Amino acid sequence: MMESDTWEPKIVAFLCNWCSYAGADLAGTSRIQYPSNIRVVRVPCSGRIDPLFILASLQKGADGVLVSGCHPGDCHYLTGNYSARRKFAVLKSLLQYIGLEEGRVQFSWVSAAEGTRFAKVVEQVTARIKALGKSKKLVKEIPGG
Amino acid sequence: MSSVSSMSQLTREIRESARKLLRDGQVQVVIGFERGSLPLRSRPCFVRREEDIDRLVWDGCCETNLARYLPKRKEKAAIVAKGCDSRAIVELIKENQVHRDQIVIIGVPCNGMIDGLLIEAKMGRGSIVEDEGSAEKLILKRTNSEEILDRTDFLHEHCKACTHPDPVLYDVLVGQPSAEAAKDTFSDVEAFGARDEEGRWAYLVHEVGKCIRCYACRNACPLCYCPECFVDASQPRWVGKSTELSDTMVFHLIRAFHLAGRCVACGACERACPMGVDIRKLNRKLQKDVKDLFNHEAGMSLEEASPLADFRVDDPEQPMVDP
Repeated sequence: MMESDTWEPKIVAFLCNWCSYAGADLAGTSRIQYPSNIRVVRVPCSGRIDPLFILASLQKGADGVLVSGCHPGDCHYLTGNYSARRKFAVLKSLLQYIGLEEGRVQFSWVSAAEGTRFAKVVEQVTARIKALGKSKKLVKEIPGG
Repeated sequence: MSSVSSMSQLTREIRESARKLLRDGQVQVVIGFERGSLPLRSRPCFVRREEDIDRLVWDGCCETNLARYLPKRKEKAAIVAKGCDSRAIVELIKENQVHRDQIVIIGVPCNGMIDGLLIEAKMGRGSIVEDEGSAEKLILKRTNSEEILDRTDFLHEHCKACTHPDPVLYDVLVGQPSAEAAKDTFSDVEAFGARDEEGRWAYLVHEVGKCIRCYACRNACPLCYCPECFVDASQPRWVGKSTELSDTMVFHLIRAFHLAGRCVACGACERACPMGVDIRKLNRKLQKDVKDLFNHEAGMSLEEASPLADFRVDDPEQPMVDP
């Protein structure tokens, strides 16, 4: 069997504790099925996510990164996701500029009540990254490793 | 730019201001430029005594950004500042690295700094060039003859793209303000962005591949003052220290990102780079994005917060995953 037939992308998902993580939880308790490609990292707020986290994930072999937080206006800390929104806009544009495939790094807003939406987000993100194939550009090659 | 004062006139005025400031005890040190030991090189100079004031000069090779010497300075200092230095000072004041009342800014309108390496490359090593302060011409001195060169051909890249050559913030202004330069169209960023994805990646792989991780770019940058840089942090160690492409690329991306909305485009990083990495490529892109998205130009006002330390509720929403 070819490797490409069985290959599944590994996606790191940074979810904020108050909305998207709870949304993922709701998807789980509601028994909604979604692709198991994501590895969730729970963070206090989407504003906590440093672009360095995203690049470090790609370096360590993630095929994609999903970042999700509360909808603008719904932040538990009132304004964390507004700062995040600015950071992500600039980062996304920069990654596109350097020639990283568009879609490797994706952002979304998912609230604690949107279990179904969370499942759909993961489906969409996974499909997109699957189509892009294995990530090669920022992965750190360990000589002889 | 015809009303630009001659270089010797500017030098005289800078010395006069420095003399007054030191004599009145308003400052303990004047940070300016003195002639370097090689032609086409002027170097930073710290004047503390009146008898040293005549070391101060102003010419077309004062490209170093002196704002680098301000943070953590205990004594009151006067600083000679052209457009980009003054913008860096504004950023430093905003970020509480420099107190406004601890410094006196001697503003100098700038008509672009000459790239000594470029003159050496085109005209031969040891070329002696006289810059009289005209915006258009340089005089190349030969043993028995002189040649007039087009000054704009020999400017630093970032000077060619400079839109605010006059100091933004100053206490004393020497010389005449120059006419505001043309608006920045970011045509270089657009041209690069128009290349295909693989072409862009290949170009950056080539450029970043030259990097030896000496961090000269960071050390020269007037706005890189963190006590511990992310590349030096070991707990956790975010970025590997190797010159492996992935590590180097992440270093350059994050270095540029940390300067988004703060970079004053003085070109210090690129001049410091011993390997000739095209560092401006990323900085220019971020400069453009911050202008387009948040209508912000670094170093132009003391009131405006840095765009990435700020937000608006009605900021443009970028494309998100939205099923």
